[in-house]
Amino acid sequence: MVASIAAVAAFVVAPSMGWWFPTPGYSLSPLGAQIDDLFYLILAITGVTFIGVHVALVYILWKFGSGKGERGVFTHGSHTLEVVWSIVPAGILLFIALYQMDVWARYRVKSNFDAEALAHPIAEVTARQFEWRIRYPAPGKTLQDTPQFDDLYTVNDLHAPTGRPVVIRLKSEDVLHSFYLPQLRVKQDAVPGLAIPVWFQCDKVGEWDLVCAELCGWGHYKMRGQLTAQRDAEFQKYLQDLQKSQFDDGVPLAKAAE
Amino acid sequence: MSTINPAQHLGAHEHGDAHAHGGHHEIGFVKKYIFSTDHKIIGIQFLFTTLLMLFLGGALALGVRWQLAFPWREMPIVGKLIFADQGGAIPPEFYTMLFTMHATVMIFLVIIPVLAGAFGNFLIPLQIGADDMAFPVLNMLSYWFMWPAVFFFVGSFFVEGGAAAAGWTSYPTLSANMSAAPASGLGQTMWLMGVTFVGFSSMLGSVNYMTTIINMRAPGMTLFRMPMTIWGMFITAILQAFALPVLTAAGFMLLFERTLGMSFFTPGGLVINNAPATTGGGQVLLWQHLFWFYSHPAVYIMILPAMGMVSDMISCFSRKPLFGYRPMVYSISAIAGLGFIVWGHHMFTSGMNPALGMTFMVSTIMIALPSAVKTFNWLGTLWGGNIQFTVPMLNSIGFVSMFVVGGLSGIFMAAVPVDIHIHDTYYIVAHFHYVLFGATLFGVFGAIHFWFPKMFGRMMSEKVGKVHFFLSFIAFNCTFFPMHMLGVAGFPRRLADPYHYPYLSHLMPLNQFITYSAILMGFAQFLLVGNFIYSIFKGKKVGRNPWNANSLEWTAPSPPGHGNFESVPVVYRGPYEFASPLVSEDFLLQTTYLPHEDRRAPQPAAH
Repeated sequence: MVASIAAVAAFVVAPSMGWWFPTPGYSLSPLGAQIDDLFYLILAITGVTFIGVHVALVYILWKFGSGKGERGVFTHGSHTLEVVWSIVPAGILLFIALYQMDVWARYRVKSNFDAEALAHPIAEVTARQFEWRIRYPAPGKTLQDTPQFDDLYTVNDLHAPTGRPVVIRLKSEDVLHSFYLPQLRVKQDAVPGLAIPVWFQCDKVGEWDLVCAELCGWGHYKMRGQLTAQRDAEFQKYLQDLQKSQFDDGVPLAKAAE
Repeated sequence: MSTINPAQHLGAHEHGDAHAHGGHHEIGFVKKYIFSTDHKIIGIQFLFTTLLMLFLGGALALGVRWQLAFPWREMPIVGKLIFADQGGAIPPEFYTMLFTMHATVMIFLVIIPVLAGAFGNFLIPLQIGADDMAFPVLNMLSYWFMWPAVFFFVGSFFVEGGAAAAGWTSYPTLSANMSAAPASGLGQTMWLMGVTFVGFSSMLGSVNYMTTIINMRAPGMTLFRMPMTIWGMFITAILQAFALPVLTAAGFMLLFERTLGMSFFTPGGLVINNAPATTGGGQVLLWQHLFWFYSHPAVYIMILPAMGMVSDMISCFSRKPLFGYRPMVYSISAIAGLGFIVWGHHMFTSGMNPALGMTFMVSTIMIALPSAVKTFNWLGTLWGGNIQFTVPMLNSIGFVSMFVVGGLSGIFMAAVPVDIHIHDTYYIVAHFHYVLFGATLFGVFGAIHFWFPKMFGRMMSEKVGKVHFFLSFIAFNCTFFPMHMLGVAGFPRRLADPYHYPYLSHLMPLNQFITYSAILMGFAQFLLVGNFIYSIFKGKKVGRNPWNANSLEWTAPSPPGHGNFESVPVVYRGPYEFASPLVSEDFLLQTTYLPHEDRRAPQPAAH
């Protein structure tokens, strides 16, 4: 009994101790916020069940474990009770399952993606042991499946504009990795041989974590990247600065291409 | 229900006596205790081996915990010995071996063999009233095929590069490619060999259990008079027989890919660790599907027998019939059936077709239903009982309590959108330890205390048992409950040093608390083993039925001789007739013949 009270108490104090969703404590993306809502919904349902079952358990142990040695009740069960405690949880569970469908569909089913964002992915992220290689199209151009001569490259440093859905193409060069943005509640494995489109929307300017969440070898722990979310104009300027630093040798770019 | 008349009963007696008499002939020490074909000895061999492996697996876990609490700091006691090159600290590649082999040892050498191997072997013939297993030699082989696996798993630590380090799931291409990690050479190959041998051992066992339970039940032991333990073992054997071949096949595919240059799981054009580019057209996700097609049912292989044993213990120490025997049987079967169509929930973030995510979510959430029914029935069994807080009972109550936690936390992960965030975090670690340790292992602790008198004819100390239970229970919850919070905070699994991520750096104190609790929990297990070994020699001697239980094994001598029963037992009723109004004691053996029972018995509910 003490244990179950401690368990509930732990959940109550957890947010204030920082043992809860990563700082700032709420999701930075609208879809992530819906995921959090679903989490809290399930937490409420399971929390009530947990408390209910344990209150019942403790009460039963207290009432029938007194050591008075009275003879147990001779019963083999109750058909009514079985039906009740089959149908009620079945209804609740079915509700939980069906209620999740919409968010999942918006997260993963490609036809629900923002068409504009899907047509113009901001970058291709290629995971390899133990870093994230990022390839942006040149400013004003569209990302191609194969590398282009004017593509821009960074390592472990992904920039994205805020306030609108963006898509990245996720690939792996060697083993399985997983593209995890904890503050945005985004996670997708990078699978060798597949190019997977992943969309997210970050509504808050700042520097957020990019984590590898699938074991990828001895250096898995240090495969750390960073997502810099910035306003659209700053993002465009970032790309231009990147272009300058990678290509500007004093000769104008248009001439170099000839 | 048919009643067997007393004349037949006596006849069975005479026949059985003659048989038991004929069975008495001297056998040598080696044949009796080492290469034994007696199911009881084999069961006890399994029990000793798995207890030993429990300490090996536990030690590996404490290594993991040390690194998470005090990353890159010198390990006390063993650090200087093993990691002299690193100043006594665990190097990251060894860390990946630690958690890989912790899971491997705990799953393949502890939990599966302690349930099916130890208790399955010991209890099945005794509880159904048979004199031995259907295939005693296969049974012996099933134990001895475990040892090559132990050799491969333990030995792999000493080969070049070290033991397998691709996680117990061994996802390609990390596990398929020889240059993907320092341990991707011989260590990984030995891991695959080890898993194959364990699989072989399980398969021999499962064929044997199915045949024995179907063919060798005592007269009157109908299917619906079998104790829940037998039902758990029976369903488990079926699960193993159907799921295991898939893992074995997948294991061979991976082995051939690594050694013969075939290509099932590796796509072409990968440059792994600067090795020459791979060739071939394999699919990475294929392994995940094949692996989890076995390994998800394996989760139920790792809990259904424990559920059965706990049902027996709860009914016995509530001194009351099991509530809803048939619904319990049906829900075990439902869990097993549904267990075959939920494997995809391990792959929600893997990149498989999102439509599959939806279907697997529905089947996964629905598997919580039979689990809930079982929990309510256990509560129903306790209700109105005369509860006795013996050590087996305490552990069984612990089982129910923690199974509820593990079951409820499972719903979060079954819900695909929520799983996106908590997938591959410590939330998962918390969940499956609640199910596999909190539930299964506590069930096993209870079962060890409960059937110990039958194994050795002596009791284990109740006092030490209680101290062990409370210490383990408290330390267990302090260890694994906070991991739920870590998971919600996005703390990923399998990172050797998570604290260099800014959003995780404040979690180190919580991890240190977890590690202290884990160390306490580890050392509490010495109480169990000390009590176990001491009681074999010095425990209080007991008769046949120290717990006043009903099922057949309690009518045999403690410990039962070769051939188990002096006469073939005849079964008149189910195993849970506690507090029956037909007799003055509060228990009624399955073999007790009551004249005119049919006329006087109150009509029991139909389920």
